[in-house]
Amino acid sequence: MRWVSIQKEDFVVQKEYEKLCSGNAQDGAIVFFVGRVRDVNEGDDVYTMTLEHYPGMTEKALHQIIDRACAQWQLTRVNVVHRVGTLAPSDQIVFVAVSSPHRHDSFDGAQYIMDYLKTEAPFWKKEHTDQGARWVSSRDSDSEIVKQWQSKE
Amino acid sequence: MNYFTLKFFAKLREEVGVSELDIPCSEVTTLSSLTDYLVSKHPQWASFLDGQLLKAVNHQMVSGDVTIKAGDEVALFPPVTGG
Repeated sequence: MRWVSIQKEDFVVQKEYEKLCSGNAQDGAIVFFVGRVRDVNEGDDVYTMTLEHYPGMTEKALHQIIDRACAQWQLTRVNVVHRVGTLAPSDQIVFVAVSSPHRHDSFDGAQYIMDYLKTEAPFWKKEHTDQGARWVSSRDSDSEIVKQWQSKE
Repeated sequence: MNYFTLKFFAKLREEVGVSELDIPCSEVTTLSSLTDYLVSKHPQWASFLDGQLLKAVNHQMVSGDVTIKAGDEVALFPPVTGG
């Protein structure tokens, strides 16, 4: 089972977590990650952040990442929620959760999905800071992490 | 005449000042020739289009060259920064 949602609304972690647990006695290991808006980036105060995405491509890209993760690890359930629109510091941006019988599959699967989401899913952040508005630059370190996964695949 | 759709996103969309264009298939037949065509039509875009842009055809990221057909949806955008 899997859930993929691109939404403006906030999500409730407990509710998203329960999707992995409900009626699921076979999985002993659930790992989830929550990404949040930070109040400072590159030394400047962040007031708000606007998240843009590519409707139509975003969900497809996420499903492809999840497909590849499920082919590598025993992931019974996957739940990805990503918000778009305008967010403020401490707001939740993303939720990635997986369930598996055992923890190593869950840890690796969740990290894989999150790492590829950062480099392949068409989302873009624009920060509104005390120095003005600017588009967030991609990080070379994110690309390097993906290369490490590619060398294992 | 047959066209394909070109979409721009995020910083690139703001730089070129347009989110979507219809491009005649008679003018551009491959992804690799798209940038040269855009610069020939809009010389002021040259500096925005020479960066590290990602390309997608019909919602699929493409790293090499592909043929573009009528009705395709092509997109150009900066490296992604979600999560």
